Amino acid sequence: MNIDFSAEELAFQGEVSAFLAAELPSDIRDKAANNIELTKENFVSWQKILAKKGWAATNWPVEFGGTGWTPTQKYIFDNECAKVGAPEAIAFGLKMVAPVIYTYGNDEQKQRFLPDILASNVWWCQGYSEPNAGSDLASLKTTAVRDGDDFVVNGTKTWTTLGQHADWIFCLVRTGAAEVKNQNAISFLLIDMKTPGITLSPIYLLDGSPEVNEVHFDNVRVPAKNLIGEEGKGWTYAKVLLTHERTNIAGVAKSKKRLQDLKEKAMQTSDGLSGANAMLSDNFAWQQKIAELEIELLALEYTELKTLADVSTGQAPGPESSILKIKGTEIQQSIDMLNVELAGYYALPFVRDQFVDGFEGVAIGPDQAAGSAPTYFNNRKATIYGGSNEIQTNIICKAVLGL
Amino acid sequence: MDFSFSEEQQMLQQSVSKFISQDYDWDSRQALSKSATGFSAANWQLFAELGWLSIPFKEDDGGFGGSAVDLIVTMQEFGKGLLVEPFLANTILAGTVISEAGSSEQKSALLTPLMEGSLQLAFAYAEPQSRYELANVQCSAVINGDEIVLNGHKSVVLNGAAAEKILVSVRTSGESCDREGISLIWVEASAAGVRRECYASVDGQRAADIWFDDVVLPASNLLGSAGEAIDVIEMTIDRAALAICAEAVGAMEMSLTKTVEYSKIRKQFKVTLSSFQALQHRMANMFIELAQAKSILLMAAMEMDSLNGRAPKALSAAKSRIGKAARLVGEESIQIHGGIGVTDELDVGHYFKRLTAMQFLFGSTDHHTARFAAS
Ligand SMILES: Cc1cc2nc3c(=O)[nH]c(=O)nc-3n(C[C@H](O)[C@H](O)[C@H](O)COP(=O)(O)OP(=O)(O)OC[C@H]3O[C@@H](n4cnc5c(N)ncnc54)[C@H](O)[C@@H]3O)c2cc1C
Ligand SMILES: Cc1cc2nc3c(=O)[nH]c(=O)nc-3n(C[C@H](O)[C@H](O)[C@H](O)COP(=O)(O)OP(=O)(O)OC[C@H]3O[C@@H](n4cnc5c(N)ncnc54)[C@H](O)[C@@H]3O)c2cc1C
Repeated sequence: MNIDFSAEELAFQGEVSAFLAAELPSDIRDKAANNIELTKENFVSWQKILAKKGWAATNWPVEFGGTGWTPTQKYIFDNECAKVGAPEAIAFGLKMVAPVIYTYGNDEQKQRFLPDILASNVWWCQGYSEPNAGSDLASLKTTAVRDGDDFVVNGTKTWTTLGQHADWIFCLVRTGAAEVKNQNAISFLLIDMKTPGITLSPIYLLDGSPEVNEVHFDNVRVPAKNLIGEEGKGWTYAKVLLTHERTNIAGVAKSKKRLQDLKEKAMQTSDGLSGANAMLSDNFAWQQKIAELEIELLALEYTELKTLADVSTGQAPGPESSILKIKGTEIQQSIDMLNVELAGYYALPFVRDQFVDGFEGVAIGPDQAAGSAPTYFNNRKATIYGGSNEIQTNIICKAVLGL
Repeated sequence: MDFSFSEEQQMLQQSVSKFISQDYDWDSRQALSKSATGFSAANWQLFAELGWLSIPFKEDDGGFGGSAVDLIVTMQEFGKGLLVEPFLANTILAGTVISEAGSSEQKSALLTPLMEGSLQLAFAYAEPQSRYELANVQCSAVINGDEIVLNGHKSVVLNGAAAEKILVSVRTSGESCDREGISLIWVEASAAGVRRECYASVDGQRAADIWFDDVVLPASNLLGSAGEAIDVIEMTIDRAALAICAEAVGAMEMSLTKTVEYSKIRKQFKVTLSSFQALQHRMANMFIELAQAKSILLMAAMEMDSLNGRAPKALSAAKSRIGKAARLVGEESIQIHGGIGVTDELDVGHYFKRLTAMQFLFGSTDHHTARFAAS
């Protein structure tokens, strides 16, 4: 064991930071610095720059175009990206459906889908949840009935994040007869969003953003060749994917950057007092909260590093992914609240357009204040999605403690 | 000691409760919140007719001489409906300033129409650098013979958009954080040199940032003696803090009720959410938080009514403890609802937003914890 970076790792860090300095477009950098929402084009254009460099798929095997990086390299890359506010990869294609396709798909499917994911030519969304199948995902009701060379899909998916941008959706559907045990009748199906019979309706979240959708399938004909792996095995594939999803959700690098930003902003924020303790950064209660959070994050950082190291030696992320999910999201939400606290009264004004590109009105309050409360509200989702934190706790009870 | 409500207080509670449950359904509240003015002028008139706008004021001034307990009785019911009408900004903030600092002429010019529901007011006290420190005043007013010249920037003024006249805390002498040298004045919102940026707040209410640029007003717009306003300001904000604590208690009660109800309906794994002990305990915990909040609220209101000088410390205890409860109850309500909880459509998310704003208005939880420790 050794806690320091090797000479090669330090060189790699230099390479990544030089690349980011040269290639991250300044408009994207400015938006990140000023809390402006990124557009679909921003995400895609940055992803394409990474793809050109060969750095788009940090988690894929080399044979499909992945980087083949060690866990330490991935860690370095994530941290350098977070430091400069580079957009995170939209996970649905690169981190969620791709591992299922390259692990369980056939050659034709690999050739058909992976290159476009790698190049960010296609935007994917995730169609698992349904109005009555949330935590109990296996009770999903969307059906796919075989008819000649097609499946005919009927049902409703919901909470589909950024479905409005998506070209394709990966779905869990019920293919088997009703009497088959719940999980064994579920299959993994890829569906082109342009297929007739699909309609989207937006769902507005607490920050006013239409971030998620309901997706309705009305006799949608999907070619049977879009089925991944075997019929009835979709649940098994999805579970593997879910552990990847949870590991992604922890967001340690981003939380580190946000905590650092908070510390800097507190030095520029008046605490309302005069004299030696004039700034929020001098406030003892504030210092204590920041320090406690930093310590928690440090522990999580090493939990993550250890998990990544285990995964790289071939072990699937096990219940550790539940720890990462629970602690990672709790820390994110604590940071969300500290941003609101930092803003004080200026957390209250809600000028939604202020976070959208091209805003021409008068900005209210300091830049860092706008968006603090909406982000806090919106990100309550983090402990709910990706398998809620209660469900993660149940997994630890069952899988680790044997309860 | 006596913990029972008087007959009048019970009647008041019933009358406000009836209005909220019968005339203030969720859809109407949302429509009002999104309307151009953000509240209903007709409701405001109704409040005046029912006497609600006169309750806190002295009988000599034309009010009903209401107590702090009367205030919390009213505010708890308002909190259940997430009221958007600017009761707090007008009746508590502006009203207290005028009733404590105003001359009898000023009371007839400002307080009487306020109680009649014909005048909208706001109290501008916070500034970009002031955070929660009421003596941190940099807005300057220079008194020159029979004229006052006003300059500065006030932050997040509640009801700042609708207000026709604005009460302002200003510095007439001394340095930024001195307790001496702070005065109260009022200014016409339409006066030359007043600029307002109006906006909705995250909790569906209305506020404004207001800039004063060489605004000239008559010296008779000064309320009370020049340089000696800090006590009235502190008392006003303490009253407002008590009011919002009560509103939070009402909002928490609704949020808990809605969460418990939802958990009994929503099924996952073939059973209702309410059957999971992990969730049962969390709801029981919310109930305990609410009970603690109610108790400390009563304590603070009774201290305020007994005029024993302990009110500020008691108030800080209440604001600190209720802020903590509001955060827990708001966040847990969302979590237990699951995805539906973070949507704009469902009411529970709006209770959460208001419960969040309440933790910061009139001093944050941390601010009041520190003030409690220091007093
Ligand atoms: C913003 C957002 C984006 C999302 N994006 C996507 C997406 O892109 N694709 C997709 O498929 N899904 C998505 N989801 C759906 C998400 O995965 C579900 O919301 C989640 O699985 C919870 O389901 P539910 O909302 O129906 O809550 P429910 O399952 O009804 O749960 C309600 C509450 O009960 C708790 N609970 C449930 N069962 C138990 C139990 N056994 N023990 C203890 N507590 C329990 C839950 O933890 C939660 O607190 C998204 C959700 C949100 C909010
Ligand atoms: C210092 C001390 C003094 C005491 N004095 C007296 C006395 O004077 N007279 C007397 O009669 N008894 C006395 N007791 C006994 C006391 O009442 C019992 O310890 C108590 O009822 C718990 O029972 P138990 O110890 O068998 O724990 P268990 O009942 O076995 O419980 C173990 C744990 O499981 C939890 N648990 C149990 N059931 C549930 C459930 N349904 N849901 C969730 N969690 C659950 C408990 O909360 C506890 O954390 C005393 C105990 C102590 C420690």
